[in-house]
This record gives sequence, C-alpha cells and structure tokens, in this order.
Amino acid sequence: MALLEVRNIEAYYGAAVALRGVSLDVAQGTMVAVLGANGAGKTTLLKTITGALDPRAGSVTFNGVEIQGRETWDVAALGIAHVPEGREVFRHLSVEENLRMGAYRRSDSDEVEKDLQAVYDYFPRLRERGRQHAGLLSGGEQQMVAIGRAVMGRPSLMLLDEPSLGLSPLLVQEIFHIIRRLAAERGTTMLLVEQNANIALSVSDIGYVLEVGRIVLTGPSRELAENPDVREFYLGVRDAGVRGTRRWRRKKQWR
Amino acid sequence: MRGGNSVKFIRKSSYDYDLRLFPEPEDKFWYALLGIALLIAPLILPPYFLGQAVLVGIYVIAGFGLMLLSGYTGQISLGHAAFFAVGAYATAVLEKSLPFVLAFPAAGLIAGAVGILVGLPALRLSGIYLAIGTLASSFIIGEVIARWESVTRGSSGFAISKIRIGDFLLDSDARLYYLVIAVAVAALWLGRNILRSPLGIAMMAIRDSQTAAQSVGVPLARVKLIAFALSAAFTGLAGALYAHKIQFIDPDQFTLLLSVELLVIIFIGGIGSLHGCVFGAVFIIVLPQAIAILKDHIPSYLAEQTGLQAAIYAVLLLGFILFEPAGLYGIWLKTKHYFSQFPHYQKGSQKDQKSHARGESW
Repeated sequence: MALLEVRNIEAYYGAAVALRGVSLDVAQGTMVAVLGANGAGKTTLLKTITGALDPRAGSVTFNGVEIQGRETWDVAALGIAHVPEGREVFRHLSVEENLRMGAYRRSDSDEVEKDLQAVYDYFPRLRERGRQHAGLLSGGEQQMVAIGRAVMGRPSLMLLDEPSLGLSPLLVQEIFHIIRRLAAERGTTMLLVEQNANIALSVSDIGYVLEVGRIVLTGPSRELAENPDVREFYLGVRDAGVRGTRRWRRKKQWR
Repeated sequence: MRGGNSVKFIRKSSYDYDLRLFPEPEDKFWYALLGIALLIAPLILPPYFLGQAVLVGIYVIAGFGLMLLSGYTGQISLGHAAFFAVGAYATAVLEKSLPFVLAFPAAGLIAGAVGILVGLPALRLSGIYLAIGTLASSFIIGEVIARWESVTRGSSGFAISKIRIGDFLLDSDARLYYLVIAVAVAALWLGRNILRSPLGIAMMAIRDSQTAAQSVGVPLARVKLIAFALSAAFTGLAGALYAHKIQFIDPDQFTLLLSVELLVIIFIGGIGSLHGCVFGAVFIIVLPQAIAILKDHIPSYLAEQTGLQAAIYAVLLLGFILFEPAGLYGIWLKTKHYFSQFPHYQKGSQKDQKSHARGESW
C-alpha cells in the first residue's frame, strides 16, 4: 500500500471542472513528479490533498486513513507538509520565526532545535539571514524558507508546488539538489508538481502527466523522459523527421 | 502593516532579542521615566486636560483591541463600536446588582463572547467582505441595544453612577485616570506578552499568509476566533470605562463614526505596532481640539461648515496611507533614527518602496 493514494478525485471551482477523476499513488520513500501546463490542475490536486479544497468525489488516503474533506491544519498535523505555490512566507516574521512556525504542531522542543540546525545546514544562507524579516529576502531565499519551514514539521510526505517558480536556472539547480538530498537523507517522501519538466523528471522516480484535469500518462521518470510526446510537448525537444527538419506538428498519442 | 516593520533600526546581537519584553536595555529606563510622568500627571495637568487624558487611556485600550484583530491577525473590522457599546451596556446593567470589581471583568467577558458570535460568520470572509460583515454585525448589535428597552432602556439612555471599589469612590477625574492608566498599561503589557507567545506568532502568520499558516497546522478557525474574542473583550473593557467617564450612555454614542475613529487610531498610529495604539489615541483626542482652535483662525464660511471635522479626518487618513503607511510610529522611528545616526544621516535612506498599502496584506 502506498503512503498516499489518490482515487478518482473530482474537484470543481464553482461550476468549472478542475480535476476530472485523478488517481495517483505515492509510495513510501519515493519522489513523484506531476507535470502539466498552466491550468492542468496541478495546484488543485495539491489543494485537494491538503484539504484546502474539498473534492466532489473520490478519496485521498494517507497512511491508510481517508483524509479528503478534512481541515487543512488537521491534515498538516498528520504529517503532510505543503510548500505552497509562490512561497507564501510570513513576510513580517523573521526567518527563524518562519522556520519555527513549521514546527507549530510539535511539542518536542529538543528535536525542534535539532531540526532547526539541520535546516540551517541544508540552507546555510538562511542561517546568515536568521534575524531578517522574510519579506526582505530574495525569491530564492524565500523558497528556501518555505521548504525549510515544511521540513521543520518533520513530515512523512512533502508536497512541493512549483519550487522552481520565478527562480534563475542556477538557483533551480541548487534548490532541487537540496530537495533530492532531503529526500535521501531524511527519508521524506515527496510529491512534486512542476512545469519545469526537465528538472522534475531528472530528480523524480515516478512521473505523472496531468492535462486539463486528467492523468494522461504515467511511468518511471526515466522512461517518461524518453517518451516522444513528453519530449516534444514538455521538454521542447523536436526530433528530426526522416527527411531532416520536421515541418508538421505531432499529434499527442493520448488525444 | 508593512509600516511598523519595514522601518526598524535595531542592533540585534542576541537570538533572544525578539523575545525580550524590553529589547534594548535603555528601554527600561525610558519606560520607567514614562511611568513616572504618567503617575505625576494628575498633579500637574489642569482638570480639563486630565479629563482628556482619561479619554486617551480609554481609546488606547479600545485601539489595542482592534490592533490585535486588524493589525496583528489581518482581519479588518468596521464594527468595533458594537463591542465598545456591549462593554458599556454590560457594565451599566450588571452594576445594578454587582460591585464594579465583578461587573467590569464580566463586561469584558460578555463583549468577548459577542466577539466570538460575530467572528463565527466572519471566519469565511476576508478583505472588503469582512469589513462589510463586521459592519452589518455592528448594526444588528446596535439595533438590539436600542430595542431591548427592558434591559438597556433604549433611546432614553442609561445613567451610570461613579465607580466604587470597596469603600473607595472614584469621584474625581484623577482617580478615574489612575484606574484607566492601570488598565491600559496592563492591556499593553498583556498584549506584548501575547505577541511573544506561540498564539501571537500564529496570529501574525495568519496575517502574512493564511495558506502557509494552515499548511503548517495553525488551526485558522480557532486562532481567528481567539483573536476576535480578545479584541472584542479589550474594546468592551474600554467601553465599560467610557460609560463611567461619561456617566450617561445611549445607543447614539456608538455609531459607525466610532468604529471609524478606532480604525483611524490604528492606521494613523501605525498599524502593526503597540506603540501605534498610543500614538493614535493621543492623536484622535487632540485632533478635535486642534480643529476647534483652527476654527477661530479660518474664514467663518469655512469654519461653520458641517462635516469639517470628518473632512479633516479623511484628508489626514488618506495622507498617512499614501505618504506614511507606518503611521505616527513610523515617523517616531525615523526621528529616532535621525538622531541616533547624527550627523551621519543619509538623505533618502528612509525612502519607502513605491507601492501603496494593498488591502489586507499591509
């Protein structure tokens, strides 16, 4: 049984359909990437898992317990940490206060101190900035705060919503390097939602492709990266046709 | 909100800095000096000014109540006059059978309970909708007070006797002054401590990002309700003291204008700082006097216009939001900075970013 099982969830914004029956599994200790363009429903999927949005149908099972429709803060207390889209740091709290907020539901203060030091070891830049207001940090540093805050909750599952958003290619590399280290060294299971298919497929074990509210393709990330459709539509690689440069537009196989 | 925090000139050298009650060692000295000044004020101030000082104290408490909710939890309220009224009426009604020492805290509790009632439907609202929601609630409460004549005596008003604590009668402004100052200091001290506690940090986290706050496990509903309750309770206590200061209350005293005045206190004082409540309260009491003096010096066709006061409020509020969103407290910090850097102050080091206060996330 997988750590997180999403079964046939349907989510709506008012009358607009956002998810049309999405199912996915996240096995313990793996990193799963969900790829999709704008409006595919990636963020909606994470919102439904965290309880910020109630699905109209379907179920979300975490550790064998159904959690769909619960309050977000209760879901967080179960051990699901969410790194929200656009970072959402607490602008007027210091970096350290931001990180400590991540441990809001924990009472083992000795361990919290250890985790705080661990986060500072992962992100040495944050140690320097510890006393600054988080709102004064650069985008990359804010993303580090958001990830560090999630780590502080000692989650068994981390949901990452577009950690590459608005960061320079170099910073994206750095952030993903650390995400991979977090997964390996702390054994945290990760569900990653990304537009940057290149980096997402290179760090993850399993990939899902989400298109207008449906999962259209899934498989081990390495295989997905070889898939001609994924290559063309998500990685931007255009293979040459038999007669040199291709001039026609491929049709996606799943359409 | 960006105010109070965006201009901060502090030399943090210890990790406990943010957690200390008085961050800088010299703070203790200045607060002690302020304490002495407050204590001897009744001996020096002429009676009229003492009466005004009592009102300042009352507005500090009420402003502090609103600051907890709007300044620190990010929930705007246009209905705080209602809690003020509930506190005033609660103490008036309860004192028919209870001594002041019991009726006063009970008034705070009742206002807090009403705060929770108002907070419940407001949980799902934010921004302008929350402002309208709280405004509507305050109209309902005002209407209840006006119509519930068997208890509140309706529009004929309610006369209130002077405060009696045991055998001690607070029959002068000086005595009332000491009580009000004591309550105000206690409220601010409690506020400072709440804001250093996990509850306070959770409140500020909600203000800065609801999404992130709930995803680290902050129970939004509960923390918001606590904020509503605390806020209403303190505003209610201020109302109770106000009732004793004025000694006569009727429903017409607690209108939208009062709610707006409370908002002016926290905005002009400096939103998101406890000092702001104090600066704002002084400002709101001094302003009408200043306007009265001004009236003698401007052409009579201007001075006799009705609504002159409201217009001046509006202009000042707009001016502060546009040019000094950190409020009087921001000006205070900048002045302090100027002198602490003297003569090395650099022109332009105080430039604010060119964005305007945007909705809730100030």
